[in-house]
Amino acid sequence: MGERYHIAVVGAGPAGLSAAGRAAEYDREAGATSPSYVLLEGFSIFAKTIQKYQKGKHVMDEPGFLALRSPVPFVAGRREEILGAWQDSIDSGLNVRYDSDVTGISGSRGQFVLQLQSGDEIEAEHVVLSIGTQGNPRSLGVKNDAESDFVRYTLDDPEDFKKETIAVVGAGDAAIENAIALSDYNNVYIINRRNEFSRAKDGNLNAVLAAINDKSRPFHCRYEAGVAGVELPASPGEMGAIVLNTPAGEERLACHRIIARLGTIPPRSFVESCGIEISSPSADAVPDVDRHYQSNVPGLYVIGALGGYPLIKQAMNQGYDVIEFIHGKNTKPADYPLLQDQFSGLPYVMDAEDVLELYQQRIPMFRRMNPLAFRELIIESRILVSLPPADLAHTEQKGERSTVFIPAGEPVYRNGEFSTTFYTLVEGEVKLQLEQDGPWHTLKPGQFFGEMSLISGRPRQGDAVVSEDAILIETPRRIMVKLMNSNDEVRKGIDRIFIVRALQAAFRPDLPLAELSAVAGQVETCRFNAGQALFSEGEEGDCLHLIRSGTVVLSRGSANMVVAQHHSGDLVGQMALMGAPLRRDTAVAAVRTETIKVKRAEFLTLVNSQPEHVATLQGRLSSLLEKTNAMASQPEAARSIGFLMEQGLGEATNALVIDESLCVGCDNCERACAETHGGLTRLNRAAGPSFANLHVPISCRHCELPHCMKDCPPDAIRRSADGEVFITDSCIGCGNCETNCPYNAIKLSYAAPPKPGLLSWLLFGRGSGPGQPQSFTPAAADKERGKKAVKCDACMGQAGGPACVRACPTGAAMRLSPEQFVALVEAR
Amino acid sequence: MRESLLGWQQYRYLKWGLVLLLLSVALYVTQGGSNAAQPPNGGTWQGYVLGTLGALLIVWLSLLGVRKRSYKSTAGTVQGWASAHVYLGTVLLVVATLHCALQFGFNVHTLAYVLMCLVVVSGFYGLYAYMHLPGRLASIQSGSGEDGRLDELARIDARVRDTSERCDANLQSLMISALELTRVGGSAWQQLLARDRSRVMVPGSDTQKAQAVANVEQEVVVSHLAGRIPDARKQSEAEVLNELLGLFGRRQVLLHQLRREVQLRGLMKIWLYFHIPLTMGLLVALVVHILTVFIYW
Repeated sequence: MGERYHIAVVGAGPAGLSAAGRAAEYDREAGATSPSYVLLEGFSIFAKTIQKYQKGKHVMDEPGFLALRSPVPFVAGRREEILGAWQDSIDSGLNVRYDSDVTGISGSRGQFVLQLQSGDEIEAEHVVLSIGTQGNPRSLGVKNDAESDFVRYTLDDPEDFKKETIAVVGAGDAAIENAIALSDYNNVYIINRRNEFSRAKDGNLNAVLAAINDKSRPFHCRYEAGVAGVELPASPGEMGAIVLNTPAGEERLACHRIIARLGTIPPRSFVESCGIEISSPSADAVPDVDRHYQSNVPGLYVIGALGGYPLIKQAMNQGYDVIEFIHGKNTKPADYPLLQDQFSGLPYVMDAEDVLELYQQRIPMFRRMNPLAFRELIIESRILVSLPPADLAHTEQKGERSTVFIPAGEPVYRNGEFSTTFYTLVEGEVKLQLEQDGPWHTLKPGQFFGEMSLISGRPRQGDAVVSEDAILIETPRRIMVKLMNSNDEVRKGIDRIFIVRALQAAFRPDLPLAELSAVAGQVETCRFNAGQALFSEGEEGDCLHLIRSGTVVLSRGSANMVVAQHHSGDLVGQMALMGAPLRRDTAVAAVRTETIKVKRAEFLTLVNSQPEHVATLQGRLSSLLEKTNAMASQPEAARSIGFLMEQGLGEATNALVIDESLCVGCDNCERACAETHGGLTRLNRAAGPSFANLHVPISCRHCELPHCMKDCPPDAIRRSADGEVFITDSCIGCGNCETNCPYNAIKLSYAAPPKPGLLSWLLFGRGSGPGQPQSFTPAAADKERGKKAVKCDACMGQAGGPACVRACPTGAAMRLSPEQFVALVEAR
Repeated sequence: MRESLLGWQQYRYLKWGLVLLLLSVALYVTQGGSNAAQPPNGGTWQGYVLGTLGALLIVWLSLLGVRKRSYKSTAGTVQGWASAHVYLGTVLLVVATLHCALQFGFNVHTLAYVLMCLVVVSGFYGLYAYMHLPGRLASIQSGSGEDGRLDELARIDARVRDTSERCDANLQSLMISALELTRVGGSAWQQLLARDRSRVMVPGSDTQKAQAVANVEQEVVVSHLAGRIPDARKQSEAEVLNELLGLFGRRQVLLHQLRREVQLRGLMKIWLYFHIPLTMGLLVALVVHILTVFIYW
């Protein structure tokens, strides 16, 4: 007979510590002499994942709008401070039992039995699983892949190994970072299952490609290589081997060590062995739990990362709440007030939890989502309610996170506006155009829109007008991208509608939705990296491409003779289906591009259903041919466009280009930039390449899908409706955007001291005068605040447009969008 | 899309300038005549109007320097101001001439007129420089800018040093001296002339002391190297000489381009060192002119 507790918490991470802390409070209130709970930890330390963070790492306390509800403290800070505070909490009397790896849980509410590795058994009435997922690396999946001295799934310090041959398996950020660090002292092979490093952050992507190409670095890559086997070393210190399945056959790589960084997976088999169901077959799937975090086994609760909540603060709040639920308190979760506030403007009185449930049922795509994931989606979104203009005038907008009221009968977005949020219609109607002045489509509750800009990053195509008393959920791009990456069903659902609508916009077919969906199911989505060809001149073609995202350039003769450039929503290669099959141009992706490939059969189904539109398509094709022909007859102009595309301007929306035949090098543009932006210039005129009198200085181009916005921890980089990408004051100076920007347009810098007044400069020589260079020593306070990311905001909100252009005395500086390039190179 | 200073907004300020010019001439011809009290001069009412117009123009033209530095200003673009500056500045020449009706003398009034002419003429040069030199600079720079060229030059120099270690002492000292006595830039005047003042030490012999001779455009070194290749006794020597010849050939081009670049930049800037101080002088002379006219007339 083992020990018996009211509650057993398994896993001493943030969630488990918080749960134990709350349980300890209950014990204190009840005056219990022995603890009614136990916190079981498989290792000899608590919070193993965070203990493994590198020294001094800054741990964030996202999401900022959520309050912490836990007796165990947690605020953003250095790893050591946080761990120290938790150690204090444990020392103040938490009943933690270390080295108690739970190997099995059986029984039911009131009589659970937990088997420990040591053979001990612990009985508990309720069990809380807070074991996380980080501690469970995905294994190689071959014989001998168990963690050993030879095969490792973590790397604490790369400098532990020197002068070895090491195989690093994986293509994610962890694998790349480890492999590069190891290659300082070792001969490293990075084993990539695919033929590219598409999962990595751009910074790591560039670093790994540079390392592979660096002849002086002992760094090698095996692409398209699967791991077929592991040969352990005969005795410690000797070499073992990794056997690879490559396109060229089997390869045996002798090595001293294998480091596998294949990500982590929920410990599915253990969870299922406890009787918990995981409905999705996906390896990343998490158990389904109810609103009280209770799994399908009554009395068995799942919280934290294992329940799909990887953020520390959320996990800790759940730890607190789950103890409340077990004690029979129907406590509202910590985020309940947030939801209530969001729903406060709804036209009906209903509990926020019920509204949440109702909405999830209303939206087919979200119906099968984990309710907690849906909850998170709603919390990160805005709830929009449309009101007749008369009512709107006397309805007061409450807080920033409260229901947003919008005028009925007016667009929620307009054609040409830059916004990338995603809308889901819950009630009412929305009239939607798929292109400017195109036909109107009516959306019903449960449907969504805005997926075009979400996927392509291009400005909105057509207006979306909302009816009276409609309710919409507006979700930021970042949240949708996260959801699409983690939830296949949502990704496929959005993809399907995207394709249907893209086809509708391009061909205006007069087909019933079912038939259209069937066509959409037949077309193929293709991805191209920058520089990859969609098709080549001289080939026979049997398909056309509809661009989903990115830019495609058409060249004729040689690669730098660019005769046309196409953006998302445009057709490429339609000549093959509407004229002769021989390709007259080579189509190359200028930046990473996705297209929808439409073959002849589907094309005929689409166009035959609406013969009137064929004339429009033909008209567009002939005007396109006219343009490409004009370009092809001006090789100089075509080469200039080719140069601009090479500089990555294909993905620009607003780029600074300097006409060198007019530029006198006065640098008034740089000075104007500095003077209008706190003394720091955001452009470097002299730097950057030139061709045929066109100079592309280093300056932000406000990309379609800005690279810098990708991993901004505080979400400080935003895009305005007019397209300017700018950095808000919430920048923490982490430098991710600087690394991610392929064009060096972002710099980290201390704030510049304010300029002296004109008179004090003129008469007393203080500081620098108007337009004088900005070398400065930062003030102590600015130094304390640290460097912040600085980039061009296209002089957003300043009257008269970009200062660099306004200050150019000779008219050499221009800010252009790619559509204007043709006019630029032709106007000579 | 690409509009130069002159063509800004379909020659808007050329049209303004022409209108102003015609009005001034019309005003001028209404004075004088056989039964007039006085011949055309600055003292008639027409002369006063023209004088006032000229003075206002001068003040406004000199305000370009202020507008250029008012980076937050929304009063037109700097290019628009510069375009107007060019045309109205040209018209000023006529307005002032009509105002004085060609009455010159050795006095402060004529001084103001002469200064104004000098400012306008230096402005004409500036306009020429701004219109033509950027294109020439760009054609030199195509590909790499000045920094790129300096980097390449440094790499070449390092390779010359390495390679010349494999030569005999005489040739080595010739090579090193050619590097060390290469001259680019210098005083403002030297930059503008872009004359090559590079030299090279020709090693002495038993009878003669080593002496530095002019090495314009690296010609001496290049012809020396080219001359020695046929005389080379060993194949390895010929190879080294050939390599050096190649390096100096590229060096020759880079140095020439650098000098030309410096020169063009200088030519684009130099006129401002006359235009601005002369403008200051003009403003002072103008004030004196106006005051003396009111006090002594």
